[in-house]
Amino acid sequence: MIRSVSPARDPLLGVAVLAIAAVYVRALAFTPIEARQGAAQKIMYVHATSAFIALYVAFVLLAVCSLLYLWLKDEKLDRVAESAAEVGLVFTTVVLVTGPLWGKTIWGAWWTWDARLTATLFLWFLIVAYLLLRGAVEERGRRARYSAVLGILAAPLVPFIHLSVYLFRTLHPMPILLKPSAPSMPSEMVVTFVASFLAFALLFIALLRARYRIATLRDALADHEEAHG
Amino acid sequence: MAERFAPPSSPPGTLAAAWIVARKDLAIEFRTRTAFLAALVFALLGVTIFFFAWDSTAVAAADLAPGVLWVIFTFAGLLGLQRSFGSELGDRAVDGLLGAPIAREAIYLGKALANLVFVSGILVVTIPAVVLFYNLPLGREIAALAGIAGLAAIGLVAVGTLFSAMAVNTRMAELLLPMLSLPFFVPIVMAAAQSSARLMAGRPAAEAWPWLRILLAYDVVFVTACTLAFPYTLDE
Repeated sequence: MIRSVSPARDPLLGVAVLAIAAVYVRALAFTPIEARQGAAQKIMYVHATSAFIALYVAFVLLAVCSLLYLWLKDEKLDRVAESAAEVGLVFTTVVLVTGPLWGKTIWGAWWTWDARLTATLFLWFLIVAYLLLRGAVEERGRRARYSAVLGILAAPLVPFIHLSVYLFRTLHPMPILLKPSAPSMPSEMVVTFVASFLAFALLFIALLRARYRIATLRDALADHEEAHG
Repeated sequence: MAERFAPPSSPPGTLAAAWIVARKDLAIEFRTRTAFLAALVFALLGVTIFFFAWDSTAVAAADLAPGVLWVIFTFAGLLGLQRSFGSELGDRAVDGLLGAPIAREAIYLGKALANLVFVSGILVVTIPAVVLFYNLPLGREIAALAGIAGLAAIGLVAVGTLFSAMAVNTRMAELLLPMLSLPFFVPIVMAAAQSSARLMAGRPAAEAWPWLRILLAYDVVFVTACTLAFPYTLDE
């Protein structure tokens, strides 16, 4: 069944964009400037939050939905995995663009083959391969199975790449916020960072919902065409 | 001839079935020899071409050789993997495999075993070629290098065989197999190149050990995961 759908306006998307704008007003005007890095440090509020969402939300969602799909064979799970991959690609791209900008000012190099950078780059490659694979398989059930297998296998791969590169000397700072001892940031920065994380998480959810809706409509259309020639 | 492949009275166990599948693939390869020879020539060509991409006054041969060896190995391996399930496409030969009274896992293990023989054959020629062309003073380390090669080959075919089964049923098989496989080969290439670089530089074997542990762990994780995942790549 295809319901008549007006171009859906998701209020959540508007809220997310406003939240990000608000967070950036706070980050630029009301959060202290880092003593050694200067204004460049402000990129952290985009970079680190996007990295966190890409890796720990989008990528984990992709792996978990893939695993559950092979078990339960529910098309909804496949659509969530597909949406998580595509929105995750956007966030990973943001990480890979903002990272070099920050790195150039602080390290003096756009890129370095550090463990996290390499793992993130290959996460990006994997998601691209995942989406290409989806595009290359015609039949829906087969597409879902193939991409689920890739989504599951990618999960142990990323730690392996991280571990391998970690054996080289690493340049990327160690975790600043999520570590056993107290965060080594002034509390104003922590508040901005957490607010920024929440804003980007909202954006992720809004985009995921929008992408999921597209996938549902596309599949419904395919069903409709199949049923009525 | 017909007797050798005559079906036994009861269905074989998983490992016996895997061996039958591997023997079938190897028999095809042995009689045609096209893919193996092509992959071998490709590997040797790659080794020589790399030589000219390199300023021998700036980089020592021992520093370059491990990278050349393992990069060429991965690419030559991809050629063999492409053929693994590609050979089942003609006359829908794969239906015969699926109709056989054997476990799906046995098909995977058999295919992987045949691929392992294929890439090992390439390594047996490529490693001496690299040692020869790059003038490496390799003596007793050759046994350790063979061990690294074995571990790397297992990891490569574990993942590659699975993706070969998937890629062959897509619209752009030749392009998709490297796209899917290469990210998965990164830890293998890195660990194999780093550990063999230590050996070729005459460093103590203990320095290669952390890398070997990564290779070992990789093999255990991905042989298990790919064997479990393989049945999902076949059509019911």
